[in-house]
Amino acid sequence: MSKLLDGLYYSESHEWVKVVEGNTVLIGITDFAQSQLGTVVFVDLPETGTKLVKDAEFGAVESVKAASDLFSPVDGTVIEVNEDLIGEPEKINEDAYEAWLLKVELDDLEALKDLLGKVDYAKLSE
Amino acid sequence: MFKYFPHTQTDLDQMLETLKIKSIDELFVDVPKNVRFQREYDLPEAMSEVELRQYFKDIAKENRELVCFAGMGVYDHYVPSVIGSLISRQEFQTAYTPYQPEVAQGTLQYIFEFQSMIQTLTGMDTANASMYDGATASAEACFMAEAITRRNKILVSETVNPNVLATIRTYAHYKNLAVEIVPMKDGITDIESLGHQVTSDVAALVVQKPNFFGIIEGFEIAAGILHGNGSLLIENADISTLGVLKTPREDGADIAIGDCQSLGMPLAFGGPTVGYMATIKPYVRKLPGRICGLSKDVNDKRAFVLTLQAREQHIRREKANSNICSNQSLMALYVTIYLALMGPNGLKEVNELSYQGAHYLHDRLIATGKFKVRFERPFLKEFVLETLIPVELIQEVLLKEGYFGALPLVEFNEEYENLVSFAVTEKRTKAEIDKLVSILEGLSW
Amino acid sequence: MVNYDKLIFEISREGRIGYSLPKPFATEYTLNDVNPRHMRDETPKLPEVSELDVLRHYSNISQKNFGVETGFYPLGSCTMKYNPKINDEIAGNEAFRNIHPLQPASTVQGWMKIYDELQKALGELTGLSAFSLNPYAGAHGELAGLMIMKAYHEKRGDYKRTKVIVPDSAHGTNPASTAVCGMQVIEIKSNKHGRVDLESLKASLTDEVAGMMLTNPNTLGIFESDICEITKLVHSVGGLMYYDGANLNAILGKARPMDMGFDIMHINLHKTFSTPHGGGGPGSGPVGVIDKLVEFLPNPRIKQLDGHFYLEESLEAIGRVSMFFGNSLVWLRAYAYILTLGKENLAKIGDFATLNANYIKELLKTEYFLPITGPCMHECVFDGLIDVSTGVRTLDVAKRLLDYGMHAPTIYFPLLFHQSIMIEPTETESKQTLDHFVEVMLEIAREAKENPERLKQAPLTTPVGRIDEVFAAKKMILTYKDYLEYLTQ
Repeated sequence: MSKLLDGLYYSESHEWVKVVEGNTVLIGITDFAQSQLGTVVFVDLPETGTKLVKDAEFGAVESVKAASDLFSPVDGTVIEVNEDLIGEPEKINEDAYEAWLLKVELDDLEALKDLLGKVDYAKLSE
Repeated sequence: MFKYFPHTQTDLDQMLETLKIKSIDELFVDVPKNVRFQREYDLPEAMSEVELRQYFKDIAKENRELVCFAGMGVYDHYVPSVIGSLISRQEFQTAYTPYQPEVAQGTLQYIFEFQSMIQTLTGMDTANASMYDGATASAEACFMAEAITRRNKILVSETVNPNVLATIRTYAHYKNLAVEIVPMKDGITDIESLGHQVTSDVAALVVQKPNFFGIIEGFEIAAGILHGNGSLLIENADISTLGVLKTPREDGADIAIGDCQSLGMPLAFGGPTVGYMATIKPYVRKLPGRICGLSKDVNDKRAFVLTLQAREQHIRREKANSNICSNQSLMALYVTIYLALMGPNGLKEVNELSYQGAHYLHDRLIATGKFKVRFERPFLKEFVLETLIPVELIQEVLLKEGYFGALPLVEFNEEYENLVSFAVTEKRTKAEIDKLVSILEGLSW
Repeated sequence: MVNYDKLIFEISREGRIGYSLPKPFATEYTLNDVNPRHMRDETPKLPEVSELDVLRHYSNISQKNFGVETGFYPLGSCTMKYNPKINDEIAGNEAFRNIHPLQPASTVQGWMKIYDELQKALGELTGLSAFSLNPYAGAHGELAGLMIMKAYHEKRGDYKRTKVIVPDSAHGTNPASTAVCGMQVIEIKSNKHGRVDLESLKASLTDEVAGMMLTNPNTLGIFESDICEITKLVHSVGGLMYYDGANLNAILGKARPMDMGFDIMHINLHKTFSTPHGGGGPGSGPVGVIDKLVEFLPNPRIKQLDGHFYLEESLEAIGRVSMFFGNSLVWLRAYAYILTLGKENLAKIGDFATLNANYIKELLKTEYFLPITGPCMHECVFDGLIDVSTGVRTLDVAKRLLDYGMHAPTIYFPLLFHQSIMIEPTETESKQTLDHFVEVMLEIAREAKENPERLKQAPLTTPVGRIDEVFAAKKMILTYKDYLEYLTQ
């Protein structure tokens, strides 16, 4: 059974969103996603300043046997990239909710309501 | 019974019994009756080994082995005997792609050595495990440039071999990439024109060294123009000449590609050879095809394994950078063995001897008065001259004497009228060159 | 010497050489005359070794490889049949090897004859009208075939056809080739019998469909019994049918792709026609077509007129897909194989290959889970061990087989199952070899119950044990230069 946290928003493509403050959020991949991938060996992330479009591809995570495209759960602008993951992508396996990928300034905070809550996402990743 | 089918009647009976069937045909119930092949193949009956040998011997007689003064992508270099002996070992020859690395360390290790040798020759950071040939490697490099720059126009210098250009054009057409030619000026890429052609949609420029006319081009200025525009330089280089010539890395190339036929492979009607592809670190994940990496096993013993496979078609399917699966692995072993035997000194000597032979021939042809210099440019083992003799006549006369050379360029481009190409390798003797010159010298028409 | 573990660079000693070259005769010329701006700064760091060093080095590392002559090689989908020696001998003939590809047609009639006779033989075996031997490998043939598909529609001015239907059980090259050819994949589902789901197919048929790619028997080793219906459906909306020849071995003597309604196909000469795989090439992937598509075959082409062969370049062609004519020395081997078997033995390949696969399937199904019942063709697919309580996975079974001196089957493909084991024995294996394999597979199943931990550590007797793939991917030591840098860290 994969781990899920309260208070996060989840997407059907297995990303999570956590509100830090105001319109600023962190984005990562879920514990379920990392468990399916296996040890992550590479993360391909956009540069700071990149515009994210909901449901559009923004990067990829790679293990030795699989690669998975990342789809943005939100519309917004990348304001910070988690540089720690470049050298140590396996941190995603250690704790998928600590190892955030991007810090993003949302276009619209209200849009988060369209994402899944813990219970609905749990059904999806069973 | 037949020698490749080991089934005896007793075996067959027992197997059918195990399967509880009367005849093998019952296993084909899923093949609809109306598509069942009901007649005999319209092909010859089985040949014994004796007959087979004779059959191919007779066909081989319809080929003519000629003294080769031709190049244009395939060169008659010396092939050391050691290569044939080693590559015919069944462990190398009959193995599959090294998907079970514990029993494929032989293949994996030579791939690692191949990648290392391509690295040091090109000066780039990393090479892949091989491509089909230099032409398809060029086309794949264009796709790679498209993926890196997210632009869709490819410039190709007119000084690139026309068969390479044609292959790029085919690939590009179907992938919806635009191809534009950068004209040649005095035998080299016209830099002024390049300056005008480098627009914001240009992914890369493809150049060749030595170029189609045998000329050693410099690409520093071109690289500067391209990089200033966020475009890449793709250099197709004859890998053998990189034993002495400036490396693609020193030229400023982002992707180096080419054919390795000149490293230990026979002419063989053009194949199999093997393509190489090398690039700089930031673009490693955009390389097509297989890559071998050094690792360790559970006991910390050094071991090799295919790595970065998440780029490839068997995992990424339609999102893969390339569809390449089987490459030319055994030919990469030819290259590895050849370069191990030759080493830095042998490769330099090969180039020195080829250079000497080519220049000796060049000057003697000029001295006949029947050839003229078209381009005053440095060359290595291949060069182009303007001839006053009708090109068809040259071919005919040379063939009569068992020689092959003076390839007419007009077959590739009508603007190249009266231009002919010669290549000389270390295999060509003084006597052969003198003979060639005397045949041409004596021509009247 | 399986413990030999040096790299060629590590036995290098400065000044040692392994070559001999002719003496120079034109020393008045020298590379030193070339402007230094054209010359490389540093000598390349190639090894300096003797001839005997090279022989020992590569002989030793070859011993760490498993080949078809080492033992049973039941790698599914790869058709690891015996690679006859006579074929190598024929490909070694100097009168084939010492021929420049640009030589005038009059001096290469032998090569052109081989090309022509082989492509005609492939035509007879498949029912198609003509083959180009130019593609270098299966995936290359696929790409050329898809280009032909696209060119056909474009010539009719029908530019909207950019979708290619590919079953979810297909080889990765099918969708990848489609994308490289600038078209989009429509993936359709397999039904519970492992075949194309006709409803799913019907739902995907529109006037944007360029064609469909299909392997038959499919990658589960099962014949698509609805094949006539499938080809009819795709043709009815104007699409073309592409036959992936990866599994052609199964149907030799039994059926031909053209008779099933296929329009384009490629053949892997390195599978069905016994040419060596070479550790991953050179293969050869001839692409063949029905009559109405012949005009699109790649350039250059070899034609015949009054008994004389000549070269042709056509504007209708998809263009050039290779520098010259393809992997010619591979054709020689394949053609020698075809002539050695002759029509009578070629017709039996499908029989024996299919019998062998079914025999294995029957004897292993007590311990290995058979997701699809009914007869298979040339290969059978299991979905891991039936007893999953031991925690032993397909990977462990595969690795343990190596300890028993056999190559592993293809594993984790097809992707339809989580623990796929795909076994293709080929027709060149005897009942005794199959019996031994079965015995070992059953023994492994026993070990899984009695000593699962040992299986998870397998292989124990190979030159190296399981390899750390994460280390390889993270460190990216891809060259000797990288390795030296890694050592100094």
